[in-house]
This record gives sequence, structure tokens and C-alpha cells, in this order.
Amino acid sequence: MKQIWVISKRELQSFFDSLTAYIMLVAFLGFSGLFTWLYGQDIFFVKQASLQAFFGVAYWTLFFFIPALTMRQFAEENKTGTIELLLTRPINDWQVVIGKFFATLLLIIIALAFTLPYYITVANLGNIDHGATITGYLGLILISASYISIGIFTSSISNNQIVGFLLALAIGILFHFLFSFLASSTTGLVGDILYYLSISTHFESISRGVIDSKDLVFFLSLIFLGLISTEAALQKNRN
Amino acid sequence: MDIVIENLTKIYGNQRAVDNISFRVKTGEVLGFLGPNGAGKTTTMKAITTYLNPDAGNIRVGDFSIHEQPEEIQKRIGYLPESNPLYQEMPIIDYLEFVARLQGIERSRVKERILEMVNVCGLEGEKHKKINELSKGYKQRVGLAQALIHDPEVLILDEPTTGLDPNQIVEIRELIKKIGREKTVILSSHILAEVEATCDRIMIINKGKIVADGTSENLRKQAQGKEIVRVRVDVEDSGVDANGIFEKLKSINSVEMVDIINGDEKTFEVQSVQDASSLKDIFRLCVSNGWTLMELSPIETKLEDVFRELTIN
Repeated sequence: MKQIWVISKRELQSFFDSLTAYIMLVAFLGFSGLFTWLYGQDIFFVKQASLQAFFGVAYWTLFFFIPALTMRQFAEENKTGTIELLLTRPINDWQVVIGKFFATLLLIIIALAFTLPYYITVANLGNIDHGATITGYLGLILISASYISIGIFTSSISNNQIVGFLLALAIGILFHFLFSFLASSTTGLVGDILYYLSISTHFESISRGVIDSKDLVFFLSLIFLGLISTEAALQKNRN
Repeated sequence: MDIVIENLTKIYGNQRAVDNISFRVKTGEVLGFLGPNGAGKTTTMKAITTYLNPDAGNIRVGDFSIHEQPEEIQKRIGYLPESNPLYQEMPIIDYLEFVARLQGIERSRVKERILEMVNVCGLEGEKHKKINELSKGYKQRVGLAQALIHDPEVLILDEPTTGLDPNQIVEIRELIKKIGREKTVILSSHILAEVEATCDRIMIINKGKIVADGTSENLRKQAQGKEIVRVRVDVEDSGVDANGIFEKLKSINSVEMVDIINGDEKTFEVQSVQDASSLKDIFRLCVSNGWTLMELSPIETKLEDVFRELTIN
């Protein structure tokens, strides 16, 4: 546990040292602020005391930003060879993978924490559904964790950051909307499976305030699958 | 802490990078690993550090096996990889702290260990810089510092002096020698003089197999086989020319072969027959003919020659 935190701390530090963290925070808050308050289907347009507008925007911005954060995490270590020093320390590969995963998740949670003033403001404007808001945030954290685990995996199989980024985006697109798009034109078992695989369907039900074990199982499996594949990729490089 | 390599084999595609090699390195020994590029040096070292999984065979460091207790080995090994990979954007102190924590050094001792490493590796003047602001020599010192911070019993150094200037090379060598007294060290290099200067024992590997193993003197002797001496005589005006001397030298019983190196200066290289020395006979020949012996020196086989002979096919 201590070792995981040592890894996470360094990763987090390098996000801030390389300015990636600041750029990400400013861009995320800028986009989500713009579309929540000022433009398009914003709160004043919908005329409801709800953060649904924000969740909708965050759902998309996180989809693009997370691969940009994770692309470096293993690809750079593979390229410079620092991975070798990391994996010959008295820690196991899991601790490295979890440490890196946790660092990015923490950065996303920090970004989401900065949007709490939105919540407080809206709560003062009208009668907000507190339950749905909390589960909405939970939903954002779960989809972030899923994309992080995918991003970390694609970063680990290459020593080129751009490859890591594009591959993460490509896999992300499947879950983000391609599966649900295909499900809408498919019937029967295949349709059901595609429907279940789509992140958007699970996110929608969570952000409406319904926490179903079916949704949790889906997200946790996706996260686990990403992390275990990363571990396998690290092992493969050792052979 | 002894390192024991047992039947280590590593195959890449259809090439045997390391082919069933076995050896033992004893505590306090500095072993120099020599071999042409692609001989299997780095692969062997990576297997010892537990980074690479071998296809067959076992490695034991002390009582621990890479297959069963890799973490115990990782705690006791310091490793400087070939390319000296470092997190370029990190300040030196932060990096050393990160390494110290990963190596499991208690929080209370981390600071003390970092200061000691800064001292030992001569980083005092640079310690507040980021790694990417350092010259190559100082980066190499940071590489050594990270390998030594947990005071490991075993050190694996893959080409520790590449890219350094001659002064830095001498400094790093001194450092390795100093450290090597108490630890088990394996270092690889392609600079033969370096291995001769720093190592107690030399191992030459080629195409994944050990082709020579011993002290540098031993290796020379083994390769030498027959004695070769350089002879130069001054015949003044006794009327003998180089060919005459050549014939006489050749007629000595203990001489197998004579080469004329320089006819005008009357210099020859004389090879003795197996297991015999022709020095005395050559001297007597000169005395009996009244020639003045200007030079009579055995030619030492250089380690370079040993290396070339063993690794060129």
C-alpha cells in the first residue's frame, strides 16, 4: 500500500511538473463551465435546478482528456527504459499498475472537486435532487476509472505516446457510443449484449440517481479488465 | 552474497541470446563481463536483476531464487542499466527519495541515505538541479547513486562508463573499486583496459556461451601457449647479414619459427616450441658468435588479442 502511494505521488507530481495537470484542469473547468452555465442546453435554458447539463458535458470532456493523461504513463517509461528500473524494485507489477491508475484517478477527482461550487450554486437556485447529483458524480468517477484503465493499457503496449492516445480513443469510442449506436439497430441477444456493453446506458441510469448492481458490475469489470491487461503487457515485455 | 547462475538460457525468436551458461560469482568479487555486442551480456544481467524471465535455468542470489523469491533479490541488488534511464524532469533529490522509498528504506533513514549518496557519488554541487540539467557524467553518478542507495549486497552495472570523458572514467572506476571491496559486483564493458583495471576476474562470452573465465593473467597465459620473444642483435662488422642470423636462430633446437621484422636493424621475432623457452639458447648463440644482444624481450599477448581470438569466428 505504501509503495503504491510512492508510485502515485511521483506520477501526480509529474502531471503537475509537466503542466499537463494545469492544462487539463483549466480546459476541463472551462468547457464544463461554458456548457453548464452559458451556452447550448445550459441550466438557464433548461430552467431546472439540476446538474444534468454538467454531467453531459463532463461525460464527453473526460472521454477526450483521459487518454491524453494516460498516454504517457507507460509509453514513456517503455521508451526511456525507466520501466526496467521500476520493475526491478522490490515491488510487484500490480503495485506499479495500481499506483499509476490511482494517480490519474486522483487528478480527475481533483478536477471534479473543483466543480462542487456548481453544485452549491445550483442547490441555492432551486430544489436540486441531491441523490441524483451524488450518483452523477459517482458515475463520472466510474467512467473515468474505466477510461483510465483502458488508457493505461494502451500506453503499456507501445513506447509511442501517440499510439497509446489514439488506441485508447479508439477503444473508448466503442464503449462511449458505438456499442449503443449498434445496439439501436440490432435486435435479439446481440442487441442486448451491445446494449449492456455501452457505457452511456450505464451512465445514464446512474446519473438519474439509480445505482443498480448491474451497472457497478459492468464498470468494475471494465476497470479490472483494463488493469489486468496492463499487467499482462508488462509481463510480456519480460519474456 | 554469492550469485549462482545455473544453465541459464534465453531465446529470442530462433536465436539463443544466452545458451545454457553456468557460473558463480563469490562475495567480494568484481567480475568483468566482456563480449562483442549481442553476445548476451546484457541479457544475462537483466535476468539476474529479475527483469527478464529466462527460458530455462535458474539464478540464485544468496539463498534466493529468481523464480521463487524475486522480491528478496530485488531488495539486495543495485542495478545500473546500460542506457542509464532516469526520470529527466525530476530533481535529483526527489528522484533519490523516490528510489529510496521504493527500496523500502524507512522514512527516518531516507534523508541520511540521500546525503550519503550525494557525498559518495560527488553530487554535492549539483544536488538541487533537475536531472535533465546535468551533464552525462553527472547523470551517470545519479545512476550509480540510485543503484547504491539501499546499500545493496550485489551490484549489477551494465557498461557503467560509456560516454564519459577520461577523467570521469577514472573517477567512476575508483568508485566501483571502492564499493567492490565489500560487495559482489558484475560489470560489463567493451573497454578491455577498464575491465583489467577494475575487475578481479574476467569472463568473456560470445554468442551466448562462456568462452573464457579467469584473471587477466590467466587468460593471457592460456591464449599465449607458445613463448614469443623479440630479438635484436648488433653484429658490427663480422660480415653476417640478416639472413645469416635468421638461419642460425632457426637452427636452435628450442626455436620453432623465426620472423624477420626489420632486416636492416636485425630485429626478429622468435617463437619457441611448445612449453619451452628459447631465451637462454638465443643468448648463448649471440655470445658464441660475438654478437651484441641489443634486445631480448618476451612479447606479452595483450588482452585485446585474447579477446579477438576468442570472439572472431
